[in-house]
Amino acid sequence: MKIKKKIPLIDQANKLGFWGGKFGGNYVPETLKKPIEDLEILFDKLKNDKKFIAERDKYFKNWVGTPTRFIKLKNLTNHVGGAQIWSKVVSDANGGAHKIYNATVHCLLAKRSGKKFIIGDTGAGYAGKMLSMAAKKFGLKCKIFMGAKDIARQQPNVKAMKKNGAEVIPVYSGSQTLVDAVSECMRFWVANCDTAAMCVGSTVGPAIFVRICGWSTSQISRELKVQLIDEFGSVPKKLKLYNCVGGGSSSFGFWNEFMDYDKKQCEFIGVEAGGPAKSKKHAAPLTYGSKIGILHGAVQYVNQNSDGQIEETESISAGLDYPGISPLHCFLKDTKRARYTAASDEDALSAYKTVTKFEKLRPSLEPSHAFSVAIKEAKKLSKDTIVVVNSCGDAYKDRGILKKRLGKKYVKSN
Amino acid sequence: MLNPISHAFRKAKQENRAALLTYTVAGDSSKKQSLEILKSISANADILEVGIPHNTPVADGSQIQTSAYRAIKNGIKMNDIFKIIKDFKKSNKNKPIILMGYFNMILQYGEKKFLNKCNSSGVNGLIVVDLPWPENKDFAKKCKKKSIYFIQLLSPTTTKRRLKKIIRDSHPMNYFISMLSTTGGKLKVSPNDILKNYNKIKKIDPKKEIVIGFGITEKTIGKLKSADGLVVGSAICKEISKSLKHRQNPVINVSKLVKKLKSKIL
Repeated sequence: MKIKKKIPLIDQANKLGFWGGKFGGNYVPETLKKPIEDLEILFDKLKNDKKFIAERDKYFKNWVGTPTRFIKLKNLTNHVGGAQIWSKVVSDANGGAHKIYNATVHCLLAKRSGKKFIIGDTGAGYAGKMLSMAAKKFGLKCKIFMGAKDIARQQPNVKAMKKNGAEVIPVYSGSQTLVDAVSECMRFWVANCDTAAMCVGSTVGPAIFVRICGWSTSQISRELKVQLIDEFGSVPKKLKLYNCVGGGSSSFGFWNEFMDYDKKQCEFIGVEAGGPAKSKKHAAPLTYGSKIGILHGAVQYVNQNSDGQIEETESISAGLDYPGISPLHCFLKDTKRARYTAASDEDALSAYKTVTKFEKLRPSLEPSHAFSVAIKEAKKLSKDTIVVVNSCGDAYKDRGILKKRLGKKYVKSN
Repeated sequence: MLNPISHAFRKAKQENRAALLTYTVAGDSSKKQSLEILKSISANADILEVGIPHNTPVADGSQIQTSAYRAIKNGIKMNDIFKIIKDFKKSNKNKPIILMGYFNMILQYGEKKFLNKCNSSGVNGLIVVDLPWPENKDFAKKCKKKSIYFIQLLSPTTTKRRLKKIIRDSHPMNYFISMLSTTGGKLKVSPNDILKNYNKIKKIDPKKEIVIGFGITEKTIGKLKSADGLVVGSAICKEISKSLKHRQNPVINVSKLVKKLKSKIL
């Protein structure tokens, strides 16, 4: 299994949609074969169409807001001692997280295909919030599927979705989290694929959704590359890119432009959600050696029992609370291009405390997982090493959890 | 030897009627009860579909989901499912059984081991909901070697070109999904339109048996009776749920329902 150079990773899947001949694919009901094929044809045409790219870039620039900041965390660097710690503040993007890129592209595609109605899943609520924003912007009707447990713990985003005119459908099956929301959204699409467009909220699902999402979030690393060259004159000799990994959309987008660099120069570190320190449940299939299986149409490493039933996950972070992982990350793991590790709920909370103590930055619980590992590792690294953490979400949505776990003083109003 | 599935279609044709196929979830509501249900409904059903419960089903509506979660909660495992079928076949050797499920369950069991076990317990056909053509070509061949029918699903969204290719590769029985829906959705297309689509498919290769499923109930089954076969699943799962809720015996109620279904297609 090998990564090819000079070909975008999203285009390295074979005819049946498998990366490395093994991960991904299209394990879908027959009914979805046609709508998926239609979307493939549309996307393959448009992703090389200059007009379409110009349209995407126009919305990214004027509406999403590009580029998001690339800043040095001076106080944190001084406190930690070791490598220079920087952050790509993707939460600057309109709506407060990277999910806006994928949502915007899906709405543009839906418009092109003549669909007037778009559906999507959400865990932390960001994918749903952004899809509701983009749907409103482009005049599409919108329906968001969200686990009942997540609705309870991510209220600010639920309110935002409703305010944008989206219908939020609570999902009560299974663990009532992201995995069930994705299943329910796919089921709805099976029954309504003639009128509705579907947006999968991360680099998961049937291969075409993995590709569209990866193509969209790659905006992050396109910006970062320019910003690094502006700052250092070239891509640094020792660069380490830390990103949390749930489904894997922000991390893939954060790394994509650096794929062809030697990993000794640009190392990718993916941080999964290890769950509560005392619990056996987690959302870290790559770190804890989960078996390969099929979830939501794609072959991937996935938490499951010996029979093949998907196991419940547990994480403080709704955005990472997913039993599987993008086929792209499975491919990056098996080719050893990226390294994966996990941070516990407690690690993430502690990192949140540290970052907010020293910097004017409020990473949500998802990137707090990445900060936790970055801070630990930066200590041991040389001063000429550039550590960059993708702060891909803002903590506003987590205020309820932060207040409960850390106390009132960690929750600022805005 | 003729696969009992083909034999069942032949028998139904001799009686000048559609074959009745039922779907129940293995282990719903318990291992013992699901076996009793199979035994009891086999008097009126021609072919029994047995569902392998899965907890992330992307094509099942709420009725079958409820049955599947109930079965999983009651501890059903893959080996229990084979045992139920084996026990059933002891007293109903020639009643065809089709196992229906999602591919991950087969993958985790091991394809080869799974097919061997299908053979030894008496499974005659397989429907794998999320293993479409052409992804299923290899697996379908393996089924054929074991004399198990791999049943292809066809949908209203399947293009004509694709239909021809799938049917060319298919085994003697195929399954036409009546409408754009998960299982158990309300029939949103008129039975006449469903039959129109069905006839188009049937023409491609008249020798292959085509059954219609999804959304068929007591009320609609009669209007579709010119098909080779008709599948009722969610309505039966619903009957089990209803019986449990009212503290009635699901075995008796489901049997009554299947008898009624049969009477509508005679």
